[in-house]
Amino acid sequence: MRLYSNLSIKQKQIVWAWAFLALPVLFYGIIRFYPTGTAFVISFQEWNLLGDRTWIGWDNYVELWNDPVFWKVFVNTFEYLLIGTPLSLVLSFIIAYHLDKLRFMHGFLRMLYFLPFMTSAVAMAWVWRWFYQDVPIGLFNNLLASVGIPQIAFLNSTTNALPAVLAPAVWAGLGFQVIIFMAGLRAIPQSYYEAAKIDGVGWWTVLTQITIPLLRPTIVFIVVFSSIGFLRIFDHVFNMTTNNPGGPLNSTKPLVLMIYDTAFNGFNMGYAAAQTVVLFLILLLVSLAQLWLLRSD
Amino acid sequence: MTTTDIRASSATLDRSAVNKPRNMGQIMRWLLLFLGGILMVMPIAYMISTSLKWPHEVYNINLIPDEPTIENYTYVLEDGRFYWWFVNSIIIATITTISNLLFDSLVGYTLCKFRFPGRMIVFIAILSTLMIPTEMLVIPWYLMSQSLGWLDSYWGIMFPGLMTAFGTFLMKQFFESVPDDFIEAARIDGLNELQIWWTVAMPLVKPALAALAIFVFLGNWTAFLWPLIVTNSVEMYTIPVGLSGFGDEADVAWELIMTGAAISTIPTLVVFLIFQRFIIRGVVMAGLKG
Repeated sequence: MRLYSNLSIKQKQIVWAWAFLALPVLFYGIIRFYPTGTAFVISFQEWNLLGDRTWIGWDNYVELWNDPVFWKVFVNTFEYLLIGTPLSLVLSFIIAYHLDKLRFMHGFLRMLYFLPFMTSAVAMAWVWRWFYQDVPIGLFNNLLASVGIPQIAFLNSTTNALPAVLAPAVWAGLGFQVIIFMAGLRAIPQSYYEAAKIDGVGWWTVLTQITIPLLRPTIVFIVVFSSIGFLRIFDHVFNMTTNNPGGPLNSTKPLVLMIYDTAFNGFNMGYAAAQTVVLFLILLLVSLAQLWLLRSD
Repeated sequence: MTTTDIRASSATLDRSAVNKPRNMGQIMRWLLLFLGGILMVMPIAYMISTSLKWPHEVYNINLIPDEPTIENYTYVLEDGRFYWWFVNSIIIATITTISNLLFDSLVGYTLCKFRFPGRMIVFIAILSTLMIPTEMLVIPWYLMSQSLGWLDSYWGIMFPGLMTAFGTFLMKQFFESVPDDFIEAARIDGLNELQIWWTVAMPLVKPALAALAIFVFLGNWTAFLWPLIVTNSVEMYTIPVGLSGFGDEADVAWELIMTGAAISTIPTLVVFLIFQRFIIRGVVMAGLKG
């Protein structure tokens, strides 16, 4: 204690700062950095969780490169991204743009759009899975049958299953994006619109020359946020295809599901770790793209 | 253009002045958005409606049950498992939320208000963990849990999320708005640094703490991948893991799955309906500042 009271104010601050940070620094070291290193190391090993770990160099990556399932999964993962991100961006912008112009029961409408964001992905995956069942069970096919349209095979079709699984993911994320877009729209100074009004500019010009350019940071944020979400899709796919995870014929399998399968059903830890490294690199590229896009502002 | 004209045109632009849909365009806009909104809540509505239906009515597409019943809820809760999973999820989400509120704000505060050697290194190190996806860590976490005996325990489910870089940066941003003079004044009054953080700084960032609490709680309530990996006995499942397994059991009726889904969803929906304005503000704060 005497030692402490002899310190200058500045030195005391240093002691306090490190006292506050001691536990968190330990946490980040042990629970974040050390495991990251471990993941890289395991990706160069052959290990079935029971036997010995053997160093095999780049073999896991070579195996991945030559694995047709991996390429199928890779394409699927980007399909989720390339359909999901533009779709949810456009939908949420249209909703936010019009909702922003309404005052009558504004809060109520906003609530309707936001509610799905508060649901759990697993619960909603099961609800949608029920919707997609064949007659006489599923809601969608029952609706189609009631108006005389032939049935659609949703989750059992190799072509329809991926969009069918993606739909609830887009649905659940929409409300968040609408809210962020509306905040972005509010941040645009009214004076721009007033000036445009005085100049007699049409709504389309206002939209494309004022609104969208000024929303750029918001758009970049939403694109990156939802891209990362779609690249990491798992809960929806797993729960909508539990009878045949990632099926039919791997047509819905995303990278995270392949990782889960390889590690915790196949116990091929090295191979799974190599897949996580690939996921890490993809996400890193997306994050760097965001930094680069925002940099030029 | 005269001054009155300009004033008139800016008045129509003033959002607060537009209280009711005035013309056809506005009415159409309102109706379409209303219709879209109704479609958005349909899955939730059907989930709840089906959970209140008798088996013979389940495959009717009517939204309002002819004879509503809570039989499904009684059945599912008497089974006992959902009760366990619900309690597990509450405990885990609550403890994780408290831990995040304490540690994320303490670290955010320290990085924001203290000048000390190593500050930048700690800052960048924590920032860089945002780049590491959870999916990359689950395998090492599993191995770690296995060798330390953490598998299939509350601690095992919780430990990865006790602190988050996202929460730390959110809090750091908000502590920027706490004037240094307040802290200096408290120091002169003889408060120690821990007291200053707790009694001076923390009350000033309550809205941020609330936003963080909502995010962390919702995140842990719905978390699936890690709890799925780390638990293996039915009593340790969280609600999403339990529901997933329950739905997958052979011959489970859809109305019972919908009941389970409703049990896992209704609490967050109720919380949202109560704190709606507040949560939406929190989402915007966290989304834009975090």
